[in-house]
Amino acid sequence: MAYKNYILVCGGTGCESAKANEIFTTLHHEAEAQGVKNDVQIVKTGCFGFCEKGPIVKVLPQESFYVEVRPEDAKEIIAEQVVKGREVKRLLYKKNAKTSDTVKLEDIEFYQKQFRIVLRNCGVINPENIDEYIAREGYTGLERALFAMKPEGVIQELKASGLRGRGGAGFPTWLKWDLTIKAKGDTKYVVCNADEGDPGAYMNRSTIEGDPHSILEAMTICGYTIGAHKGYIYIRAEYPLAIERLKIAIKQAKEYGLLGDDILGSGYSFDLEIRLGAGAFVCGEETALLQSLEGKRGMPVPKPPFPAVSGLWKKPTVINNVETYANVSVIMAKGAEWFAKIGTEKSKGTKTFALTGKINNSGLVEVPMGTTLREIIYDIGGGIRGGKALKGVQTGGPSGGIITAESLDQPITYESLSALGSMMGSGGMIVMDEDDCVVDISKFYMAFCVDESCGKCAPCRIGTSQMHAILDKISKGTGTEDDLLKLEKIGKAMTKASLCLLGGSAANPTSSTLRHFREEYLEHIRDHKCRAGKCKDLVVYEIDPVKCIGCGLCARKCPVPCIAGEKKKAHVIDKARCVKCGECFKACKFGAVNKK
Amino acid sequence: MAKMTLEQLRKLREEKRRDLASREVDGKEIQIIVGMGTCGIAAGAKQTFDAVVEAVNEFGLGDRVVIRQTGCMGLCYVEPTVEVAMPDMPRVIYCKMTQDMAKDLVRKHLVEHKLLDNHILDRPAADIIKK
Repeated sequence: MAYKNYILVCGGTGCESAKANEIFTTLHHEAEAQGVKNDVQIVKTGCFGFCEKGPIVKVLPQESFYVEVRPEDAKEIIAEQVVKGREVKRLLYKKNAKTSDTVKLEDIEFYQKQFRIVLRNCGVINPENIDEYIAREGYTGLERALFAMKPEGVIQELKASGLRGRGGAGFPTWLKWDLTIKAKGDTKYVVCNADEGDPGAYMNRSTIEGDPHSILEAMTICGYTIGAHKGYIYIRAEYPLAIERLKIAIKQAKEYGLLGDDILGSGYSFDLEIRLGAGAFVCGEETALLQSLEGKRGMPVPKPPFPAVSGLWKKPTVINNVETYANVSVIMAKGAEWFAKIGTEKSKGTKTFALTGKINNSGLVEVPMGTTLREIIYDIGGGIRGGKALKGVQTGGPSGGIITAESLDQPITYESLSALGSMMGSGGMIVMDEDDCVVDISKFYMAFCVDESCGKCAPCRIGTSQMHAILDKISKGTGTEDDLLKLEKIGKAMTKASLCLLGGSAANPTSSTLRHFREEYLEHIRDHKCRAGKCKDLVVYEIDPVKCIGCGLCARKCPVPCIAGEKKKAHVIDKARCVKCGECFKACKFGAVNKK
Repeated sequence: MAKMTLEQLRKLREEKRRDLASREVDGKEIQIIVGMGTCGIAAGAKQTFDAVVEAVNEFGLGDRVVIRQTGCMGLCYVEPTVEVAMPDMPRVIYCKMTQDMAKDLVRKHLVEHKLLDNHILDRPAADIIKK
């Protein structure tokens, strides 16, 4: 039945943690209480991508785009919009908080340069309802594969589309599938890598939360193509909402006969199971993931043989990333020709990125390949927070490198990012400004790799902790110039000799910052100075006796306390006891506390 | 639901597509706007609205029509008022559209492309915002 109003509540994890669920239930409750239960359909959708302003609530047909909604607002939304037909002006997205201009959804810059293929259903359909997926061309790709194509036809279609793996390395998807077809063996498997582990990345989680059926459909297409009858989705246990929605989706697909025996009467059978990972970063590496899937400890094994030949339980296996699968369903539904028109010559289609860090509009974005970083950061992301200067962007998480402001106009493709010493990675994009210290950042990522190294091979196990020790030394002001050469040397050895890409790319953040910001490293070493003030051991707080009026505010804020002085006379910091928390610096209203 | 065949899947998709389409605004050429100020509501605009929604569905026009509510059109003396805009037809405000008129409205105006002579009140004022 049709309704007068439709209220779409974002059900992504970001908004959920900001009480979206409470908003959802309160809206239901209010609709009932105000007697308009039958006038309005309240739907929980996947991530809208505009996480910065969450929780998001959208009301149709007026297209009211409400941001930062609180559960208390539910009553007003029902009372005003559903009962009286008026928008709740104060909740509308405002372009500039100082003026009261409210903005229509299609005018928000955030969505203007985006092209949502993978996220086509996120924020549009109810991910817990298979009917809504079906209504938006869902399962047409599977239909086409099963009834209008042979497996070779699917391979041809994928080849023509130019789709490459979205997990980071960019291996052509058709080739991976084709190698598995050609591998000998009666039993073959389809695996989905949903073990998204980069700090700051959540594209895959949002895709599954917002559109789980697109993954199911693509995996079934893959199974049909390579002759597999069983598939596994390996997803980390930290993604409870995504897991829940996958479970619901699998159940619904089985009920409809879109999974299981004799799919749609075609004679082809395919079954799917969810396997939970315990959240080890290394399990995002395909061979380690397969080991973990088998119930063993998640450690990589040497390649070759590649999983296409000998994968899960030594059987030929296709293992693809969530985003790759989400693209497959669309390509099969809309055709390779349509898809191949999007993007650049060698990198087709779109890429999703989780835009985070010092950016105004942090959130989930999807842009055509070939879009520049400048467009993503300034047009979509709304620029750097607080109008500060951009220092760089970390793509590819702990495996990628920093891209500096000079390279902002490079179109984003697999090749261009590698050439810049970074990588596509799965799509984390962390924006850094002048207040971030490169030594501190490198140390953070290296610490992450030390923790996550599985310890199987020596280059990674020893290399990461040695590099971390040197970076720690530099951050404390006791490094030498020779240390920089050591960092580069160890980094190179690790890149060449590590068993898998975790160790093979662990040196990337350090080596790329060394290349672009060597001066800053040298400042730490020679001048014992950290210009961003992040390396606490190098920061000194002092009170300017001329400016200090002796109000005593800093002394009261100091947690140690190590600030003393008589009333109305200049105060002094006892530097030996100072813990460099910066509270005095923030508290002083007269600019008398200096940070050096 | 039991397991489906290909035919059933296609049928279900077609059905659900229409359901979902009634949510969207883009690409819909017909607009029906019901005045829902206090005056309109008091005169039964809510019932009219529901009846219009029902009638539009009955004629299978869900994917072509946007049904909106709006505030008072200023014609409080002839409420409920309903404005209809569609291609190749003049934009018309109908007055005294009680719920039992809804079906006639949809059938005559939307399907048969005829005006409901006895209920035409006006054409909307020029929109100063759009120009």
